[in-house]
Amino acid sequence: MTSTVSFLTTKPHLVVIGNGMVGHHFIEQIIAQGGHEAFHITVFGEEPYLAYDRVHLSEYFTGKGAADLAMTDGSLYDRHGVRYFTNSLVTEIDRDAQQLLLQNGKRLPYDKLVLATGSYPFVPPIPGHQRENTFVYRTLDDLDAIRACAQQVTRGTVVGGGLLGLEAANALKNLGLETSVVEFAPRLMPVQLDEKGGAVLKEMIEGLGVKVYTDTATKDIVEGESAFHRMNFADGSHLETDLILFSAGIRPQDALAHQSGLTVGERGGISVNNHCQTSDESIYAIGECALWNNRIFGLVAPGYAMAKSAAGHLLADFLGQVGVTFTGADMSTKLKLLGCDVGSVGDAHAQSQGCKVFVYQDEISQSYRKMVVSEDGKKLLGAVLVGDNSYYDTLLQYYLNGIDLPAQAQALILPAMDGAPVGLGVDALPATASICSCHNVSKQDISDAVCNGALSVGDVKGVTKAATGCGGCAALLKKVVDNELLALGVEVSTDICEHFAYTRQDLYNLIKVEGIKSFATLLQKYGKGHGCEICKPAVGSILASVWNDYVLKKEHISLQDTNDRFLANMQKDGTYSIVPRIPGGEITPDRLIVLGKVAKEYGLYTKVTGGQRIDLFGATLSQLPEIWQKLIAAGFETGQAYGKSLRTVKSCVGSTWCRYGVNDSMKMAIDLENRYKGLRSPHKIKFAVSGCTRECAEAQSKDIGVIATEGGWNLYVCGNGGMKPRHGDLFAKDLDDETLVKYIDRVLMFYTKTADRLQRTSVWMDGLEGGLDYLKDVVINDKLGLCAELEASMQHVVETFQCEWKTTLEDPDALKTFRQFVNYEGSDNNVVFVEERNQMRPATDVEKQQLIAKVG
Amino acid sequence: MTIQWKMVCKQSDLVSGAGVAAMVNGEQVALFYVPESEKKVYAIGNWDPVGKANVLSRGLVAHLKNEWVVASPLYKQHFVLASGQCLEEEVKVPYWEAKLEGDAVYIALH
Repeated sequence: MTSTVSFLTTKPHLVVIGNGMVGHHFIEQIIAQGGHEAFHITVFGEEPYLAYDRVHLSEYFTGKGAADLAMTDGSLYDRHGVRYFTNSLVTEIDRDAQQLLLQNGKRLPYDKLVLATGSYPFVPPIPGHQRENTFVYRTLDDLDAIRACAQQVTRGTVVGGGLLGLEAANALKNLGLETSVVEFAPRLMPVQLDEKGGAVLKEMIEGLGVKVYTDTATKDIVEGESAFHRMNFADGSHLETDLILFSAGIRPQDALAHQSGLTVGERGGISVNNHCQTSDESIYAIGECALWNNRIFGLVAPGYAMAKSAAGHLLADFLGQVGVTFTGADMSTKLKLLGCDVGSVGDAHAQSQGCKVFVYQDEISQSYRKMVVSEDGKKLLGAVLVGDNSYYDTLLQYYLNGIDLPAQAQALILPAMDGAPVGLGVDALPATASICSCHNVSKQDISDAVCNGALSVGDVKGVTKAATGCGGCAALLKKVVDNELLALGVEVSTDICEHFAYTRQDLYNLIKVEGIKSFATLLQKYGKGHGCEICKPAVGSILASVWNDYVLKKEHISLQDTNDRFLANMQKDGTYSIVPRIPGGEITPDRLIVLGKVAKEYGLYTKVTGGQRIDLFGATLSQLPEIWQKLIAAGFETGQAYGKSLRTVKSCVGSTWCRYGVNDSMKMAIDLENRYKGLRSPHKIKFAVSGCTRECAEAQSKDIGVIATEGGWNLYVCGNGGMKPRHGDLFAKDLDDETLVKYIDRVLMFYTKTADRLQRTSVWMDGLEGGLDYLKDVVINDKLGLCAELEASMQHVVETFQCEWKTTLEDPDALKTFRQFVNYEGSDNNVVFVEERNQMRPATDVEKQQLIAKVG
Repeated sequence: MTIQWKMVCKQSDLVSGAGVAAMVNGEQVALFYVPESEKKVYAIGNWDPVGKANVLSRGLVAHLKNEWVVASPLYKQHFVLASGQCLEEEVKVPYWEAKLEGDAVYIALH
């Protein structure tokens, strides 16, 4: 027996089947236009989660959780009376009765129906494709299964070298697997790239250690010998792998359409018109399940455009006007795959009648660019970019807006030789230019938002939603917003914040020249208001650089960010980590034992850091002084891991132990670390010293790198690791010890005096007019006559060094601030640890709930 | 209705220009002592709903557009000391009336 659900409402019932990105966007569109007043709305999702951001699915492997990717927590639906069901399958549409049959046997009437059922991954019917340890890459559940498997095995293979396949390969690589990609077509990304572009991309990806097989058909998958699977290829060769991930394209999820007799394309997909109506006018289909003009669109932006047009049409009666119709969508894409830039615009394959092509290829830096232009050379029809996407935004705007190409159109893909900016200023874009294709935001929309008071990129994002989809337009958006602000006469300010109309360097000079010793004095003389979290720590750092005062002095304490205030690094759960200084990474067995004992006594998580130190995690605020008491008694000093200051001087063992060492890198590293420890600088700084050119200490990726040579030391400056790695530049060769230290004194002090707030040495040097040569002129040739003062300033810092923890332990006032609560002896009950790999770590939210439930 | 004031700690327990944490009836309270401000002392919840940890008392006190706020030490969202409202997100933390009397710091129970 089936029962029918009925409502106490007279509003027509609108049902959406599918709660992916497009289904959710559709509901947002309906709500934005007030459609929840016109309809009673119900949405069904098949997955256990409400809509989440599938475009950024891979970030689930790099630290984001389901909650971070969620597009809604349901509150939007609740507020507007939208009923939603997850884990719910609609099994049948009864079009005659206008009813849906649900998995639980219930029937549900509808007046209007929207199918947003999306697509499913195509798995080629290769014999053996159903073996264990084979996966697809579509849902959060898929990713959970892949991660669980990857933890047990060593080799992974992706079948399919398209966009998603390469992204999946990147994910496997990040999971630590030896990764291969097998593509049936003769090149990678066959849809977006031409032959040459595919070849360049293949070379780049192989350079990163991913094996790429193109033109390769898999015959069958059988039990492997050295791995879980063996893939036998058509040419007789084979590949052994533990995990197989199929990413061979998508197929529209059109089962309900088949079942209910809606018109469906020959190769699948629910046929729709320009309003996204199916062959039954009360049923709409949008997104990857819909077939428009015999095309399926496998990107999110066209899906959003369909959602908008279907919503407009559905609400036509209610709003008194029909919205925009769907007339196809641009399939241009820009991606960073495995660290390689790839872009494709319009007619990438040059198939248009009479078109002409420009190609630029650079085999040294591995880049390839192609422009397809109309027969008369006036319009851009398509483009292919591999290796450098900085050309993409400009090309896309020429293409989308049909802007006339300049006379020397080829300059658009040629590297800039004389530094003159090539391409299209945002000024030249027409008001109709589409800036964000995910949310269909035009330049005019942004201009309107700015005129209406959105005066920052963040505000404009909030108002227009631009750059909140795939995020690919963020750089362009910033340019447009800055341009609009400029047009309005709003100055783009270099002031440090609203309290000081000065740059960091201005403040440094004022403090130094006027002998200012406190924030209050500086504020009174040169600022206004009471300061904020931008200017306070910046001034705190400058005061420390110039005068080297104790940072927890009463008048300085409120300037310090939490890490500096408590001389430890705050972790996500509010506990702190502790890093004692271990100069050069050299440590005696006795001190090593002390660290182990302390960690054991306080139940701390212990890890060796990338900079050759030992980090103890999980100390509560009130434990910090007791722990430091013990460490200082054993001869340790604070490692300043919390401050913008010298962190570590990494080292190899050099000539003392190593067969190849040509100089004593260990001693030099210890001497340098002890000399500069405690120096407060605009950003954290790291050093390394290598004992020979084998570079085991990786000195060239540090702010200051020193490499031993037969003739002394080579000095490298202004490199860094991190998010945007940069190799240091060779500054001077074959230096003796004394000159080396002199040059480092000068470079570091010049940086500390002149860099911007939180500016790394690499960015600082890039910003110096004249760059490296100028820096050499100042430091080696004393062009500015500053060298004596730079050295004296550094000498002052060296001589006034104090261990901040030692000072703190001797100061009862300072110690008082380390109490967890001022009026209570207990601890923070939100700090909960669980054990993993024989150590403790912070419990996740879910674990906390379970633990609390058990206790309760 | 009379306001019920509860003494939480002494003024000397507070840190000028910064916050400390207190436990009041089982709830974590972040107390801020801002001598330049009109009210001098403020009390808001210690739980940062964005960073999900009891840390607001350890943030930096700032004065933005004529309002006293604390920047969370985790992800730097600002919470208004006089109301608990977050400036960047649609969240709010509890707020208590607070006052200094002699050497004692009081907050008004809800």
